[in-house]
Amino acid sequence: MRVVEPLVELVRGLKTTLRMMFDKPVTVQYPETKKPVMPRFRGRHVLKRYDNGLEKCIGCALCAAACPADAIFVESAENTDEERYSPGERYASTYEINMLRCIFCGYCEDACPTEAVVLGDNYELSFTDRRQAIYPKEMLIEPAKAGSNTTPQKVKPGEFTRSVPEMKDPQD
Amino acid sequence: MDYTLILEWIIKGFVLTLILLGGFAYLTLYERRALARIQSRIGPNRAGPFGILQPIADAVKLIFKEELTPAKADKLLFLLAPVITVVPAVVITAVIPWGRDSFTLFGRTITPYIADINVGVLYIMSIASIAVYGIVLAGWSSNNKYAMMGGLRSTAQMVSYELALGLSFVTAILLANSMRMLDIVEAQKNLWFVIIQPIGTGIFLIATLAEVNRAPFDMPEAEQELTAGYHTEYSGMKFALLFMAEYTKMISISAIGATLFFGGYREFWFLSNTIFSIDQTPWLGPVYMFIKLIVLLFGMIWVRATYPRIRYDRLMAFGWKILLPVSLALVFITAVGIMLAESFNPAYMWSIPVVSILVGLFAIGSIDRVLRRKDNARR
Repeated sequence: MRVVEPLVELVRGLKTTLRMMFDKPVTVQYPETKKPVMPRFRGRHVLKRYDNGLEKCIGCALCAAACPADAIFVESAENTDEERYSPGERYASTYEINMLRCIFCGYCEDACPTEAVVLGDNYELSFTDRRQAIYPKEMLIEPAKAGSNTTPQKVKPGEFTRSVPEMKDPQD
Repeated sequence: MDYTLILEWIIKGFVLTLILLGGFAYLTLYERRALARIQSRIGPNRAGPFGILQPIADAVKLIFKEELTPAKADKLLFLLAPVITVVPAVVITAVIPWGRDSFTLFGRTITPYIADINVGVLYIMSIASIAVYGIVLAGWSSNNKYAMMGGLRSTAQMVSYELALGLSFVTAILLANSMRMLDIVEAQKNLWFVIIQPIGTGIFLIATLAEVNRAPFDMPEAEQELTAGYHTEYSGMKFALLFMAEYTKMISISAIGATLFFGGYREFWFLSNTIFSIDQTPWLGPVYMFIKLIVLLFGMIWVRATYPRIRYDRLMAFGWKILLPVSLALVFITAVGIMLAESFNPAYMWSIPVVSILVGLFAIGSIDRVLRRKDNARR
């Protein structure tokens, strides 16, 4: 039946679209359900801590040097054994990232000698004012784990002399 | 003429207009939801439960948008064009019967239709052709090349397909032996005209799509080539009016189609002589009409979701070389079939669908042949 062939094709098209109607929609209802991000997703930065609650960041500003967008500002200060923020001599007294400048390239992560700054999984970075775009250290640093103290800590002298820890190669 | 009658007409017209406006608003939601489902999405579901407040949100947004008038536009016509487009789309529904039996309200017998004129179909044809003025004026007064071309395309398309549309009306008129909408519906008491004249119905549905500028015949507003066609320069409430005209036309032309070919307000054939027949429960008339409208509108949305836009020269060729001759042949076949049935044997009525389908197949076959020949020539 060559004559009805075009008609059959048209009907087949209609059938396809009608069948699609009964498919499950692929829509993700975003604010209610959130899809987990990929393991190497580069979201908002997090400043990590050691298990004992000390900050990993030693204020070396290598991340600021590596940043191609010049989004990071670091100011460092001296640690003392009475007020210890991080192992070694210095810590970051100011650590700011301008989220309007950041391009989420992850170079800061690569440059960090102590694995202190890590791009996390938070992608909900909206703000209503340009001044809110600068994330200070208080927003970036992760809270101390339960059972450990936050910084500054009073420690015994001569215990935390080495600023860069022994490290393994990254796993993923 | 007593003034209460005029008052009654005004009130009925007002109510019908309000129903159409509400229908327009919710048709946009219906279309968006149905399209979304076909495309494996959900569609607007945020404003209110199931998104039922979405049309209101859209309306509020459009009202508060800035209205631009191009500097070199013809100000008066630019303002008038949306109005000229909307009015026929609303006015056309005046002759559509939503039921047969009149009911009593406040001591007056009220008919479920505004006007019962004996040339109802003619009225529809004449009003339907006014709508094209609004579109071409909108295109012309914008002083924009794209808008102008959209308007011109629309005119050419509507004029071409109006012929086939009118001739498919004629088949229904012949079968009912009347131009009165009520008579046409009552003539379909036992058998819908879609069964006697399937190809005529098909031509009506195709020409309808072209008349209301819907996909796959949405040439006047082909986004890729004409930005938005005749309403490129419109914004705010004026755009809303053009938009409203489009969707109101969809509703009214579906109502016309339901009336002419799908039994109008009459019950479905398997429900006749039951309690669900409108002879026994007259208030079911509008309900049946509503169901048929929903189905026909879904058909339009479904076609939009399925077929890509047809090329402009093919659109014109299809209208003039296929639809017009076929619908002329159908008028002839219907007339001969009715004559045979009346002179010899009522069973000859069935020659109408049989011969019509043969003609339709012949038309499809000839399109196929031409396309194949062109395809071979290109190789």
